[in-house]
Amino acid sequence: MMDFIGLLAFGDTGWGDEMLKGALMTVLVSVSAMAIGLIVSIFGTMSKMSSNKLVRSIGNTYTTIVRGIPELLVIYLLYFGLNNAVMGIAKGVFGYNQYIELPVFFVAAIAVGLISGAYSTEVIRGAFLAVPKGQVEAAKSVGMNRFLIFHRVLVPQVLRYALPGLGNVWQLTLKDTALIMVTGLVEIMRQAHIGAGSTHEPFVFYTAAACLYLILTTVSSQALNSAESWANKGVRRA
Amino acid sequence: MANALEIKHLVKSFGDLEVIKDVSLTANQGDVICIIGSSGSGKSTLLRCINLLETPNSGEVLVNGELIKMSKDKKGQPQPSDRLQIDRIRTKLAMVFQGFNLWSHMTVLQNVIEAPVHVQKIDKSRATEAGLELLAKVGITEKADQYPSSLSGGQQQRVAIARALAVNPDILLFDEPTSSLDPELVGEVLKVMRSLAEEGRTMIVVTHEMGFAREVATKVVFLHHGRIEEQGAPNQMFNSPKSERLKQFLASSLKG
Repeated sequence: MMDFIGLLAFGDTGWGDEMLKGALMTVLVSVSAMAIGLIVSIFGTMSKMSSNKLVRSIGNTYTTIVRGIPELLVIYLLYFGLNNAVMGIAKGVFGYNQYIELPVFFVAAIAVGLISGAYSTEVIRGAFLAVPKGQVEAAKSVGMNRFLIFHRVLVPQVLRYALPGLGNVWQLTLKDTALIMVTGLVEIMRQAHIGAGSTHEPFVFYTAAACLYLILTTVSSQALNSAESWANKGVRRA
Repeated sequence: MANALEIKHLVKSFGDLEVIKDVSLTANQGDVICIIGSSGSGKSTLLRCINLLETPNSGEVLVNGELIKMSKDKKGQPQPSDRLQIDRIRTKLAMVFQGFNLWSHMTVLQNVIEAPVHVQKIDKSRATEAGLELLAKVGITEKADQYPSSLSGGQQQRVAIARALAVNPDILLFDEPTSSLDPELVGEVLKVMRSLAEEGRTMIVVTHEMGFAREVATKVVFLHHGRIEEQGAPNQMFNSPKSERLKQFLASSLKG
């Protein structure tokens, strides 16, 4: 027990402050990835609900590929793919021949963001389809234009239907950031890995990591619950 | 003065199925026109073509003498050519739906003042005042701050009527307003509609309530397979129907 406390103490002797920094990094990557994912999902939803066949197939291809291969593989493909692409552009356009490495945080946020976005797309599309047609017809019948219908009627209701699903996506996103340890970004998982390696106490460090993830997921699910009950005002629970 | 509403040679099909076949209909100021007919006869579709919730394939709709402008899209499908005109005309043609369609994320009062405030840009405090008066008129003031889900069907439909009245329409369209109500709640909605008719409001009512049509309508229109089979004053329609089909329809619906 003394070991546990000693190992995870703050300051020069323990790993507590390093682990907390890792947790902060996890939060930063998760929030960035979720934000990127939400932006992607807006376009994904518009694409998948488009009346244009080509536009629709772009959205479908995106969600099919990203949801259909392991997350770790998406991260590898993007990590190497993005670097190669940037180097290719640097060489072809600017004649720059050196090795370029993109900031890991940037790659990580985009990779997890694209994964998160694929799931958010499905959630938001489902939420759009769940809004009864009559809600929109009623709005049309009193002369509301498309813009008013969108932001006065659709958005509040889509939000209500989407929030539980987006809460799930958030938890997945948070946990998926553990996979980006393979890129070398020091977040909870990577930090636990380093600590475990240098102290030969893997169980202590991985337990600490588990606790940190649990704290993050519990706190955020509390926040999501209050957001849901706010969005569900006017809805009677069955 | 122009007719309140004029429909000329309206045709509407869904795919290959022609639902409305060349229907013409005129409503004068203060008319209460009840459209009756068995299900599938095209009553609701006809009503929904008036405010362009369905786009007619051909024919004309004139509201207060103003023609709703239509054009064809790239594939040759008809479409309204002026969205601003549609939005403006729709406030003249407020609709009450079978399924109420109150916005579930807004309170009763918010439902009523939504269009006045955001479409017609009426000052919120004035709209609220007018909204509360309308709620009083439909007898539901005490529920103003509740959400629709806590109201009975009859109460929801009365709120929906107040919401339709709030935009100060020239014509009220009713699409089977009592069909999804429990029998004991039908009366309270019909009572409100009756009082609106007595005020001299122009109303087009798709309904199965033969009693209402007989007592309130100024004209009854019987639709059969997308055509007007017979039309006339309620007295004549109910007491001495001419067409065989109307006779059959009345026999079966009055029995039930």
